[in-house]
Amino acid sequence: MVSPTVSLRAATLRFGARELWSGLDLEIAPGEFVAVLGPNGSGKTSLLKVLLGLQRLTSGSVTVCGRTPRRGSDVVGYIPQQKAFDRDIPLRGRDLVRLGLDGHQWGTALPSRASRARVQRAIESVGAAQFADAPLGTLSGGEQQRLRIAQALLGDPRVLLCDEPLLSLDLAHQQATSALIDARRRSAGTSVLFVTHEINPVLPLVDRVLYLVGGRWAIGTPNDVLTSETLSALYGVDVDVLRVRGRIVVVGAPDAAHGDALASHHHHPVDDDHEMPGARTWS
Amino acid sequence: MVIGDYLQFAFVQHALIAGAVVAIASGLLGPFVVTRRAAFAVHGTAELSFTGAAAGLVLADDAVAGALIGTVIVGIAIGLLGVRERERDSAIGVILAFGLGVGVWLLSKYHGFTNSATAILFGSIFTVSDDQIWLLIAVAGGVLVAMTALYRPLLFASVDPEVAEARGVRVRMVGLAFLVVLALTVTEAAQIVGTLLVLSLAITPAAAAQRLSARPAVVTGLSVAFALIASVGGLLASLETPSVKASVWITTISFAIYVLARIAGAQLIVRKRS
Repeated sequence: MVSPTVSLRAATLRFGARELWSGLDLEIAPGEFVAVLGPNGSGKTSLLKVLLGLQRLTSGSVTVCGRTPRRGSDVVGYIPQQKAFDRDIPLRGRDLVRLGLDGHQWGTALPSRASRARVQRAIESVGAAQFADAPLGTLSGGEQQRLRIAQALLGDPRVLLCDEPLLSLDLAHQQATSALIDARRRSAGTSVLFVTHEINPVLPLVDRVLYLVGGRWAIGTPNDVLTSETLSALYGVDVDVLRVRGRIVVVGAPDAAHGDALASHHHHPVDDDHEMPGARTWS
Repeated sequence: MVIGDYLQFAFVQHALIAGAVVAIASGLLGPFVVTRRAAFAVHGTAELSFTGAAAGLVLADDAVAGALIGTVIVGIAIGLLGVRERERDSAIGVILAFGLGVGVWLLSKYHGFTNSATAILFGSIFTVSDDQIWLLIAVAGGVLVAMTALYRPLLFASVDPEVAEARGVRVRMVGLAFLVVLALTVTEAAQIVGTLLVLSLAITPAAAAQRLSARPAVVTGLSVAFALIASVGGLLASLETPSVKASVWITTISFAIYVLARIAGAQLIVRKRS
């Protein structure tokens, strides 16, 4: 068997008395696409921080490509959610990508033809050449996420960590963005750990699902994990998983992982249905 | 007399050198001040150099040393109390209010010339001494070195803090280092040109530059150039107009550049769209 890119053994993360998850065992193979699901506060983003070397485990062990995660490593790439940049932020799309190459190093960048060419190749590989020289503040969310992918791939990572990269994108840009991430893992064998509150846009790509709820977790294929039985056991309340026209809708899952009284009365599906007419007028 | 005649005087030469050095340092920091929305930090540290100066006078009869040491403490305090952007302005407000109170109390303890402390609020550019010129150049040199070293991680942390952190930039440490560099620059500038002018050299030129380009290097270059034009131009203009002070000229030129840049920037956007 090929050696895993990410390996967690009996991993536990606790902040004071609050346990995010414990005894987590997870091995991710090269090229595997793992979606990380769970309510707010269940430790999805903290898991990414552990793999980025920004957060230590309370107990257990973690390795990325056989080594303890270390701050600023080129082995992992990171794609955040789209955000609103100031309109007159002094940066072009190209400069944002470039920061992914050497933005963490001290000093100023010396003009280098090799670096410029590398940035240009990354920009072309995500189809962003047309708008790479436009001011960052004028780009749409979808254009920005293409640049984010180019930025994350510059270091040629073995593992891509994605934190809600499709959030607030319209359907077409969700598909374009996830297709680029999918293409990368297929062509280069990059493992993908994809944190999302919405499984449907990436459901066809997902190999396995890691579902975190209030200290408990489950892992397996979408068909194994996304069932009424498994999720009811995780949440400790009756949860229904419905399959409607190839989409998965979770009904009855409490909002937050930690008994927020208001949130648990407010039952709503984990997946907001983005295919409703009018639901994607923003971008 | 024409300008050429004035330039032969040592005090005029000193003022021009001081004005240029302060403009270069301020222009260099400006784009980061704007991107990090640190305008209030500039204002706060500038005003608090009064407290440092007062402390320096009481303890060692040295306003400049007091202001420089005090400002580093203030920069660190702002960095530590205002970690999150939303908290930062209120943290600066809290420190500013208390710090000025302390300054007033300290000044009441001082029985020498209070001129040296009040000069900080308004500046005294035509009375710059030889020693002060060297101090200014030394600190500006330090600012230049620090900003060169900090440039990339500071840019990364300023525009994109989450990804910068993920890439290994110590975002908090870089932010703290920036505040200390900023506080030193501002205090230096306040000695010479006064608290009010610091704002027109540290913010306005960068805000104007951002209207004209989105290239980081071009924005920094324009910001330094605009600050120099305002500072040196204002000093020269004031020599011809004894009734109008240099600070009035400098703020006016700086503001005029900003207005022109906004108009030109709007034209640039229209042309790019069509």
